[in-house]
Amino acid sequence: MSNLTITQLNKKAEEIREDIIRMLEAAGSGHSAGPLDLADIFAALYFNILKFDPKNPDWEDRDLLILSAGHNTPVQYAAMAEAGYFPKEELLTLRKLGSRLQGHPERVKLPGIENTSGPLGSGLSQAAGMAYVLQRVSDAKPSRWVYVVMGDGELDEGNIWEAAMFAGKNKLSNIIGIIDRNNIQIDGTTEQVMPLEDLKAKWEAFGWHVQEIDGHNIQSVIDAASMARAITNKPSVIIAHTIPGKGVDFMEYDYRWHGIPPNHEQAKDALHKLRTLNGKIRGEHE
Amino acid sequence: MSYPLNPKLYADDVEQEPIRKGFGRGLLEAGKRDENVVALCADLTDSTQMSLFKAEFPQRFVEIGIAEQNLVTVAAGMAAMGKIPFTSSYAAFSPGRNWEQIRTTAALNDRPVKIVGSHAGVSVGPDGATHQMLEDIALMRVLPNMIVVAPGDAVEAEKATLALATNGKPSYLRLAREKTPIFSTADSPFEIGKAYVLQEGDDVTLLGTGTMTYQLLVTAKLLAKHGIKAEVVHVPTIKPLDGDTILKSARKTGRVVTAEEAQAAGGFGSAVAEFLSTTLPMPILRIGMEDRFGESGEPAELMDYFGLTGEKIAHRLQPWLKETPRYHQH
Repeated sequence: MSNLTITQLNKKAEEIREDIIRMLEAAGSGHSAGPLDLADIFAALYFNILKFDPKNPDWEDRDLLILSAGHNTPVQYAAMAEAGYFPKEELLTLRKLGSRLQGHPERVKLPGIENTSGPLGSGLSQAAGMAYVLQRVSDAKPSRWVYVVMGDGELDEGNIWEAAMFAGKNKLSNIIGIIDRNNIQIDGTTEQVMPLEDLKAKWEAFGWHVQEIDGHNIQSVIDAASMARAITNKPSVIIAHTIPGKGVDFMEYDYRWHGIPPNHEQAKDALHKLRTLNGKIRGEHE
Repeated sequence: MSYPLNPKLYADDVEQEPIRKGFGRGLLEAGKRDENVVALCADLTDSTQMSLFKAEFPQRFVEIGIAEQNLVTVAAGMAAMGKIPFTSSYAAFSPGRNWEQIRTTAALNDRPVKIVGSHAGVSVGPDGATHQMLEDIALMRVLPNMIVVAPGDAVEAEKATLALATNGKPSYLRLAREKTPIFSTADSPFEIGKAYVLQEGDDVTLLGTGTMTYQLLVTAKLLAKHGIKAEVVHVPTIKPLDGDTILKSARKTGRVVTAEEAQAAGGFGSAVAEFLSTTLPMPILRIGMEDRFGESGEPAELMDYFGLTGEKIAHRLQPWLKETPRYHQH
């Protein structure tokens, strides 16, 4: 955790967004919408919420972050680089042969990654297994938390609900789920493909404490995480409402940007828009 | 090195026990030796024999309910925290249902999750085809970073369980429901990755895995009456395959037969055929289920019906041996 102001945290989120665009352009493939809309949440996680040491990824007192929706890995890689796990130049090796930054994250390849994901639905249960063990470490107040970032389309998967039931049964209060509620998946909006509402009621029925927040308001993200840690008798989930592709105007709200990267012209345009806050300030090259 | 065999091996009153019971004892012992061993079950605790472990170490037993995907992924999460998780269900459901989760969160993720698939093969009996898992050997041996073991009897199953508890790798252990004869002894060796010559002979190599090794011992005894001296080799570890032992025997006899209580294609016999095709291409007969599902019936009845008994195999081999010349390396 660090003591950055909200303004500084927002700046971190912007840097993460720029890194995502650069990474995806260099890779020539990958997912745009999710990583961009998760940038604020990941800035909050890596620069305020999580307890970790980038120089000691195996530190035994660290919090655990599970990215269940593994395709969003560019945002995690960018946040990790910003946080000092590895040099930012390495971000440009995304998806290349021999890279530690695999297209979908692999634990064995990159220290700091806690699980291997990509196929959807298995992160919550792995997190539940970790939380289950941690819960039994001692009777003292929990000192380590397990955060799980899930997609909303991912909630179609049965494995998610198996894990939700298991966490509810075992009152895994040290698990904090964060759902990227951006309302899109590959074939269309979530409500067209497989409607999820009433999502809050679903999680509550499984024995979870639920909060709904604006996923782009970093203060709200931090406050929700604090509240979740204060819930001691049940697992917590934060439904974070987000705008897919947030930060790049021609990507926002468009589900077609779920699984494609920007090409060179688009990347240039996106970076310009991110740097100049969509034309609100003068760009450095103007 | 000789392999001590149960002297009552061919007797009518040979000791018989379900292979899954050996696992139950082995898991309990593994739990006593290492407090990091934990057990997870998908609502089949008694029949998969995790009940012994659960009774002794209730704090280390996790009931998952009927959720096999959750079974192995929760286990992967526990392994991330230093536990050695054994997961159990029927093979049809695990690895049947959760193969991808095993692939991603155990094999690729390199976590030492032990997948225990009980009730494999047709000898499951009256439950019928849906519960008679025949494709699990194929499914698991084709995964990189996966050890595959099918013990031959309950005594060996106990040893196999203890060995897998300390191998540090994702692994699959195949168990059977029905009681089968004990052919090994407490002093018989067991090491992951090793095959064992149970009986020597020059005329044909009979390679068995799991429950079929005993059947091949019966086959060998019947063939001996016709002057055919079969070499019986027990291959409990299907992956990694003990190529040296298999090759040595194949060179000696020039003809190889494999047997498994599983599909004849894709599993143990195929692993042997693949290996020999690159080292010593020769005639191989793969005995197993002929690309079909099982059926309801009594276990012994089904084994006979599908040609998987020692008697049926001996009967099938006599003409095969007559028409199949030995392979000699030139």
